[in-house]
Amino acid sequence: MTELQALGLSVDLGSRHALARIDLTLRPGRLTVIVGPNGAGKTTLMRALAGLLEPTGGQVILAGQPVARMEGAERARAIAYLPQGGSVAWPLPVFDVVALGRLPHGEKPDGLSSRGREAVAAAIRAVGLEDFTNRAATELSGGERARVLLARALATQAPLLLADEPVAALDPRHQLVVLDVLKRQARAGRTVAAVMHDLTLAARFADEIILLSQGRVAASGAPEAVLTEEGLAAHFGIQAHVSHDGGRLVVVADRPLPASGRRDT
Amino acid sequence: MRAAPGPASRPGARPPCRAFLDDIGRRGCYPGRDKINSRMRPSRLSLTLGLVLLIGGLSAASLVIGPAPIAPVRAMTALVSDQGAATIVVRDIRLPRTLLALLIGWIFGLTGAGLQGLLRNPLADTAVFGAPQAAAFGAVLVIYSGLVGALSWMLPFAAILGALASVALVVAVAGRRATVVVLVLSGLAVGSLAGAGTSLAISLSPNPFAVTEIVFWLLGSFEDRSMVHVWLAAPFIVAASGLVLASSNGLRALALGEETARSLGANVTRLRLLLVAGAAIGTGASVAVAGSIGFVGLVAPHLVRPFAGYDPARTLAPAGLAGAALLLAADCAVRLIPSQTEIKVGVLTAILGVPFFLWVIARRKAELSEMPA
Repeated sequence: MTELQALGLSVDLGSRHALARIDLTLRPGRLTVIVGPNGAGKTTLMRALAGLLEPTGGQVILAGQPVARMEGAERARAIAYLPQGGSVAWPLPVFDVVALGRLPHGEKPDGLSSRGREAVAAAIRAVGLEDFTNRAATELSGGERARVLLARALATQAPLLLADEPVAALDPRHQLVVLDVLKRQARAGRTVAAVMHDLTLAARFADEIILLSQGRVAASGAPEAVLTEEGLAAHFGIQAHVSHDGGRLVVVADRPLPASGRRDT
Repeated sequence: MRAAPGPASRPGARPPCRAFLDDIGRRGCYPGRDKINSRMRPSRLSLTLGLVLLIGGLSAASLVIGPAPIAPVRAMTALVSDQGAATIVVRDIRLPRTLLALLIGWIFGLTGAGLQGLLRNPLADTAVFGAPQAAAFGAVLVIYSGLVGALSWMLPFAAILGALASVALVVAVAGRRATVVVLVLSGLAVGSLAGAGTSLAISLSPNPFAVTEIVFWLLGSFEDRSMVHVWLAAPFIVAASGLVLASSNGLRALALGEETARSLGANVTRLRLLLVAGAAIGTGASVAVAGSIGFVGLVAPHLVRPFAGYDPARTLAPAGLAGAALLLAADCAVRLIPSQTEIKVGVLTAILGVPFFLWVIARRKAELSEMPA
């Protein structure tokens, strides 16, 4: 099973406790969305889950094995990680950028195995970039580039996909496209987790939402259970209106609450 | 774990079929014929072959060109058999400078491409770290302290230490996530400091002849070098090449940034160490035997990218070959330019290299302003 578990996970960044004894489980076949105010520790959590950050306490367990003890390429084959606001340094063709996802399998962009080629082609198709394979990744729009980088993560064919703000700075259409890809990945049996700020979108796509606040899991569960007006007031410091529009949860942020009424800064 | 369903096996999706891949092939997408071949993925093999041929031709020219008039055929014969004076000229004077130009040009091109890949920046070069000046300072310090003569194993070690110190200082001051501007300014400062140290050593020198000698040495030249110089530099250059080439896979991943590279299993710390050590050792060894020769490492990668593509790993060896060809061509040129004494090759590379540097900045200034180093 490719279940990812955090057990008492703590991370200190300098003198700050970025994460404090986090317990959570990411399950296969589910898209888990992590929300929380700025500075809540979302990115730190993703990096720790991906094994890119040494936990100060506790551990991350993937399929019964501590991630910290996995060797680089082995970990990379198991966990695909999409960092926030990724960029491509050189005008590499889109195909080559996506093919970099095969590096953990010991395959180079100019020396892919037939399996690797199929994985890359499938990843490119999954994000709908078939017509872009030749284009230099640096010449693409932000939305197209985000899809390229997502395809790169998919090409690894890791059972686990962690995406840090994959839809930040994307237009509404690209947000839907990317989230749809993530959802399909989950439906295909992968374990998928993404950090997001748009709560309505999160509610729409997530199977489960984890609300992170001040380095702790403040709430987790189904979107309607986590995204409550009280919860948003307490952790985001906003007065919000949560409604159900034809079975869909809609969160409208009305106004910021005065700082004294908040538990978070 | 690896048997987990891939994107292609999601319900309702078409299975990854040959037809799709063939379709990609037909449209020339990959490994494409027309568009990619002309713009993105031209044959690296033909580039390598072309460079090797060019280097062969330049090497032959380098053995023929010089103040002593020796006909091409005679020069080649003199290289392999005893032809009296001609053999002495070819084997003891022209062969060492040819080999040095090749070795040093190679390592400059290679480390230039490696550092540009590491810093994800087309303006990176050892000079950005002030390494050549610091290496020169290290060597000058050893010579002036009277520890050794100008032909000693201490010399490359001192130069390498100088280069390493400058890189460490730049990285410590500018920080790892420095912008290009911060990096260039730090490198400028460290290079100036090393230059000032060298000037101080020269001005304190009691021996005017040694001063002249060291000043000319600093200008960078392959004149009057012997096989001893070649043997002094070669082991270090070979070691440095090994270090830089060992980084190639990590460099590919690094094109997507440090975080992604690590998530792809690359050991970024090791990568940085390999490249910085390779650059310092290569620069130190080169400066120790040939003085300061700049801009080859900056220019060479740019010359090969239109042919080899932008993948940093695929640029490495071609950039090394281009560097070798470039420096050898420059060394032939200084012997052909009519002047009373031979123009120093370091002067020529700077005269040609600086405008190129400015041209790259002018062409890419928009993206450079945003780019982290």
